[in-house]
Amino acid sequence: MKERLVLIGNGMAGIRTLEELFKLDPDKYDITVFGAEPHPNYNRILLSPVLAGEKAFDEIVLNSREWYEENGITLRTGSPVMRIDRVGRRVITADGGEAGYDRLLIATGSTPFIIPVPGAELEGVIGFRDIKDVELMLAAARQYRRALVIGGGLLGLEAANGLIKQGMDVTVVHLMESLMERQLDQTASALLKSSLEADGMKFRMEAQTAAILGEGRVNGVRFADGSELDADLVVMAVGIRPSITLAREAGIYCERGIVVNDTMQSFDPRVYAVGECVQHRGQCYGLVAPLFEQAKVCANHLAELGYGRYTGSVTSTKLKVTGIDLFSAGNFMGDDSTEEILFQDPAGGVYKKLVLKDNRIAGAVLYGETIDGAWYFQLMRSGTDVSEIRDKLLFGQHHLGDSGHGGQNQASGMSDEAQVCDCNGVCKGDIVKAITGKGLFTVDDVKAHTKAGASCGSCIGLVEQILGSTLGSDYSVPEAKPLCKCTDFTHDQVKQAIREQALTSVRAVFDKIEWRTPDGCHVCRPAINYYLLAAWPEQAEDDPQSRFINERVHGNIQKDGSFSVIPRIWGGRTTPDELRAIADAAEKFDVGEVHFTGGQRINMLGVKKQDLPAIWAFLAERGMVSGHAYGKALRTVKSCVGSEWCRFGTQDSTGLGIRLEELTWGSWMPHKFKMAVSGCPRNCAEATIKDFGVVCIDSGYELHIGGNGGVKVRATDVLCRVTSEEEVLEYAAAFTQLYREDANYLERTAPWLERVGLNFIKERLVDDPERRRALYDRFLVSQQRSQEDPWAARGKGEQAHEFKPLKQIGV
Amino acid sequence: MSEVSKDNWVQVGRLEDIPRLGSRVVESAAGELALFRTSDDQLFALLNRCPHKRGPLADGIVHGHRVTCPLHNWVLELENGEVVAPDVGCAPSYPVRLDGDVVYLSLEPAAGCSEKSAA
Ligand code: SRM
Ligand SMILES: Cc1cc2nc3c(=O)[nH]c(=O)nc-3n(C[C@H](O)[C@H](O)[C@H](O)COP(=O)(O)OP(=O)(O)OC[C@H]3O[C@@H](n4cnc5c(N)ncnc54)[C@H](O)[C@@H]3O)c2cc1C
Ligand code: SF4
Ligand code: FES
Repeated sequence: MKERLVLIGNGMAGIRTLEELFKLDPDKYDITVFGAEPHPNYNRILLSPVLAGEKAFDEIVLNSREWYEENGITLRTGSPVMRIDRVGRRVITADGGEAGYDRLLIATGSTPFIIPVPGAELEGVIGFRDIKDVELMLAAARQYRRALVIGGGLLGLEAANGLIKQGMDVTVVHLMESLMERQLDQTASALLKSSLEADGMKFRMEAQTAAILGEGRVNGVRFADGSELDADLVVMAVGIRPSITLAREAGIYCERGIVVNDTMQSFDPRVYAVGECVQHRGQCYGLVAPLFEQAKVCANHLAELGYGRYTGSVTSTKLKVTGIDLFSAGNFMGDDSTEEILFQDPAGGVYKKLVLKDNRIAGAVLYGETIDGAWYFQLMRSGTDVSEIRDKLLFGQHHLGDSGHGGQNQASGMSDEAQVCDCNGVCKGDIVKAITGKGLFTVDDVKAHTKAGASCGSCIGLVEQILGSTLGSDYSVPEAKPLCKCTDFTHDQVKQAIREQALTSVRAVFDKIEWRTPDGCHVCRPAINYYLLAAWPEQAEDDPQSRFINERVHGNIQKDGSFSVIPRIWGGRTTPDELRAIADAAEKFDVGEVHFTGGQRINMLGVKKQDLPAIWAFLAERGMVSGHAYGKALRTVKSCVGSEWCRFGTQDSTGLGIRLEELTWGSWMPHKFKMAVSGCPRNCAEATIKDFGVVCIDSGYELHIGGNGGVKVRATDVLCRVTSEEEVLEYAAAFTQLYREDANYLERTAPWLERVGLNFIKERLVDDPERRRALYDRFLVSQQRSQEDPWAARGKGEQAHEFKPLKQIGV
Repeated sequence: MSEVSKDNWVQVGRLEDIPRLGSRVVESAAGELALFRTSDDQLFALLNRCPHKRGPLADGIVHGHRVTCPLHNWVLELENGEVVAPDVGCAPSYPVRLDGDVVYLSLEPAAGCSEKSAA
């Protein structure tokens, strides 16, 4: 018999938990849901637009009754649970019904706090929490004229806005001197107040409600200073209290909320809790994003997978009042340890404040122009070092001169025909249609359904913006992204597990940290295989089947399924013998085209897979090795002619380029890795857009890191200057090793550097010679196994099955 | 020994010739066929031509009973050649039989995906 799961609370967090559970294990439980409200689960967030007349009730239903039926859920609406009998493991409802459970999930949400003043129980005094409240407000608006909203926070202002839209005369009473003081600083708050006033909202600030007046129905309010105001409707929006009476009476430990651990279990391990009724690490949450994260973890444990952990959330706020753009997140007030950067344009109604701590965003308030909110929020959550972009930060992401994100700021203003994804030719209209038509919520969904952002990825920022502007506050930027769909673990967690548990094969990783799929997928397998090689260069088993075809067969696959052959040309300097070898190979194997590459090498294109071992053997015999132009590996070291020939050359840049390439060739990397050495600051080898670049100067060498060309060009940062070639080599190897150990798979040095910050790298390489030396040594160890020429080996017959057809029949 | 039996089964090799989670190509008059071996040692064969832009499926990464095309990452079901949603299309699939460790392949495509839709 199946285990029985009972859910108390048919709301947003509880039902999301069931949805997450169904993704993992749809048949595990017999499920019964009890809901106090007479409706199926609806989107509580959108009550404000319903009140404002912008949406109808059936537009906000999230799960229809058919959904419950299809998933075999017994649904009891209008049936509040009155008692939990933990000894008998059953719940008992108000009408005497009951249901037994093996596991219980409490998601009772919260209730509006009603200030206990005389008259609070009068008719016409309500909170703003559910459909019933909205119906009462709509009825009052038809019959009466004067409304009073107590509480100038998010909820109060949304209620007041809705009531004005319904034609009422509304005054907001607020205890504090500024509105939304928990989300806004005074400047933003003042801007907000004046634009709400322009819409007809009235305010009574710093006013304390002393009594509600009336007989039967409310007709006014008296304040602490003795003054009075007439009112036919009073909406209390002064805060919420977690609904914990039920749990507390059942002896489940509660403080402000039901106390749960990181797996969303209460003190009774059979009893789980999620949502606003919960207190986790001392925090109660009142926004959906954290509740959805809780739901995911809870589902993971209900499915007995046992690896999800909820560790708390950072939240951001938006106000859903049409025509007002407002965003707030984090520590927006700042303190002694923070700095702020401000932008103020009172005439244009724009105000932006960013609070920085240690060069990272700690909080933000945006008013009037919030389009970059999601971006700041992401920078804040990921703890990105912003010192490099600090002076441009306030102007937004589109000001970074990044072609890929160029259209970002116009996301909401873009026409439907505007192309968002240049790789796959996807327009904004297609994306919006997919989001609304197919109910998409995440960038991954959009990628899968429209292909936007699925290729070069440079339009992802724009896709996020479109998601944000289409879904409104339903969309939250996910925090740490899991490595792929096969797991909830992030890149960092996987790397950590590999190191700490000494895992040395892909299979061991899947077994030890519970992958959802039997063999992973094309995203995670190559990543894991790389992490294994990087962590355990001497022990790890390289798994060819976990490598992309290019690395598996050591050539670059072309659009027609043929391959390209690019031999290594050390430092970009070649000889007549090498050129002759290439020419002979090209003729002998009748290659389709010979092409000089952008990296100072020569490419023979159009080689059939079966011919690869032979052409490689031919080249090997003439002294040439693989150029690794196909790999997430050291690619090329470009050089210019330098002091040997050039009248400006200061050092032997060609010689140094060759030495660098001899040191680093063959090394596997998180992404491709390129170097260059220029003989003087004229920089003919373009060293300042390479992962590691050297610019020779009269006094020695200037070392550069973190550059690339490509979609998003990034010039390097200067690491330091040194005086000898030996030091250049040591720095190059140490930098390479740090990148190999720290970066995520498919993260090139430029985005990696921007994520960890230049200081992180300087501290380890420049300030700490011992650490640099240790990195250098580890690099040499890992090179011992990588510097065997894969082409020569295959020319001699290794992995022959990769290249030969199994059989030819009738051809 | 005749290579092709009456019912069109052809002996193509042994199980160990194909690496686990790997693939080998069989060249036939009907074109290249890709023979896959999954981690649970099952064998499947598809026309070696992705319905998207003719990518060589045998060069893809095999995972579960699926393969990811090397050119643009479409994912196909090995059992029937159907492309996994949200992409659409299919590659013809061919019956494979294992007798002991000898692999037999049928050159008669299984019903379901017509050549035309795969082209
Ligand atoms: C062969 C070559 C073009 C050429 O004929 O010149 C080339 C060809 C490809 N480049 Fe490149 N890139 C080549 C030099 C460059 C350069 C110039 C350089 O190396 O100095 C750049 C800009 C510098 C840089 O990398 O920062 C360059 C930036 C890219 C990028 C963008 C990288 C980025 O970080 O944004 C990609 C896309 C990627 O790697 O994801 C890319 C991807 C590709 C791929 C591998 C696309 C693919 O996956 O199939 C192309 C393979 C084509 C093929 O048929 O083999 N190629 N590519 C060049 C080989 C260089 C070599 O000798 O090894
Ligand atoms: C007007 C409004 C606007 C909002 N706007 C936003 C916003 O813009 N962004 C945002 O992130 N969040 C917003 N929120 C907050 C968000 O709606 C809540 O955080 C979320 O709904 C909480 O989910 P929950 O499941 O914990 O509680 P709920 O969704 O309230 O669900 C709890 C359910 O349990 C039921 N219940 C309680 N006790 C019992 C019992 N004993 N037996 C059976 N059933 C019981 C309740 O009736 C309720 O249906 C808004 C809320 C409101 C009211
Ligand atoms: S720029 Fe690079 S990736 Fe683009 S077509 Fe040319 S070689 Fe291919
Ligand atoms: S050819 Fe297979 S995905 Fe494009």
